[in-house]
Amino acid sequence: MTYSFQFRDVFAAWEFLLEGLVLTLELSLVTMVVGLVIGLAGAAARVYGGPWLKRIVAVYVETIRNTPLIVQLFLIFFGLPSAGLKFDANTAALIALSINLGAYSIEIIRAGLEAIPRSQIEAGQSLGLSPVQIYRYVIIFPSLRMMFPALSSQFVLLMLATSVVSQISAQDLFHMASIIQSRTFRDFEVYILVAAAYLILALLFRLAFAGIYHFVFARR
Amino acid sequence: MIRELSFIDVLYLIAATRWTLALTAIAFLGGGIVGLAVALLRVSSLAPLRWLGAIYVHAVQGTPLLAWLFVFFFGLSIFGFTVSPWLAAAAAYSIYAGAFLGEIWRGCLQAIPRTQWEAGASLGLGFTQQLRYIIVPQALRLAIPPTVGFLVQLIKNTSLAAVIGFIELTREGQLTTATTFRPFTVYLIVAAIYFALCFPLTQWSRRLERRLHVAR
Repeated sequence: MTYSFQFRDVFAAWEFLLEGLVLTLELSLVTMVVGLVIGLAGAAARVYGGPWLKRIVAVYVETIRNTPLIVQLFLIFFGLPSAGLKFDANTAALIALSINLGAYSIEIIRAGLEAIPRSQIEAGQSLGLSPVQIYRYVIIFPSLRMMFPALSSQFVLLMLATSVVSQISAQDLFHMASIIQSRTFRDFEVYILVAAAYLILALLFRLAFAGIYHFVFARR
Repeated sequence: MIRELSFIDVLYLIAATRWTLALTAIAFLGGGIVGLAVALLRVSSLAPLRWLGAIYVHAVQGTPLLAWLFVFFFGLSIFGFTVSPWLAAAAAYSIYAGAFLGEIWRGCLQAIPRTQWEAGASLGLGFTQQLRYIIVPQALRLAIPPTVGFLVQLIKNTSLAAVIGFIELTREGQLTTATTFRPFTVYLIVAAIYFALCFPLTQWSRRLERRLHVAR
């Protein structure tokens, strides 16, 4: 083996990497919030809605969950402009990721909602709680606790999946890596470094989720 | 050169699907071998072996598949190997699938009560015999629904191989878009083909899972 590793050129471009890292974090966090909102609303519609609403949500969930994210991205970024809807790369990335995560969240949250026994809701009613109180204390909170592990690992997978948006030239961490690669020709060094960065991010996210679980759910 | 999108393009897309399926098969085979090793490491009675398995799983599940593809495709060539997209994709997907399948199968192995192992030991069976005759036959039944579920993930994720120039369904879609300039229609067809592959598997996995719950 005659190759000598040279990280110097790669580290010299740290500002690019930092910029990419910030967008990756922004995309991940905003998508998580939007995905959670879509998930809560969609799951409520799927469990408590009328038959038509249930069917529409089911079609949305199955369509998204049975097609690849990269094709969804391409459809929104390259496809929709011909229908008159034009987004810049970062916006298209955000839309595609949110739609994608929303579908997965609906499935997870729905399973959590359905795991609440009917008798719990009846117990709430017999205590004189209002429907809003029942929804908040009897349904949402306990089921969020149950689905939290599944939801948080889906969120970590989403953070890793944001790397795919580099393929529509959204300027995330992975895109910056390919820019540095084309400038320095240090392929191996760049991608190893970026893989390590994602690994650290994944660890930090897992830690943060464990912290949230500990402070919000475990104490009650 | 721009030309009209015609029926023949649809046929080309369907024809390209076989490479998606071939890559899925290779990834499943390679990932299955790696996954089996990982699952066995994770239930081993030696702590350092368990740690090794855990580190592998966390490292792979904490990095994007795209990074693995790029490391193998661009990275290995600097050591003097000529790396074809096939080889890079096969290696990256085996590593990726191995971590997820290993975790799934570990869960199935651990779902078998300890007493089953002990019953085997009291019959005078060794570790491999207990595994072979008592644990695996029971764990296999548990493993089938989530494994089919992961197969759907795998089919969808083979689409990422398009970025290293591996010609499969998504890459064929990109090429068709480049000549016909009809991205919306082309990607809609591509999505429909993926859906046709994945949806029956999703439904099958769900049915298997329901049957398992009834049986218990």
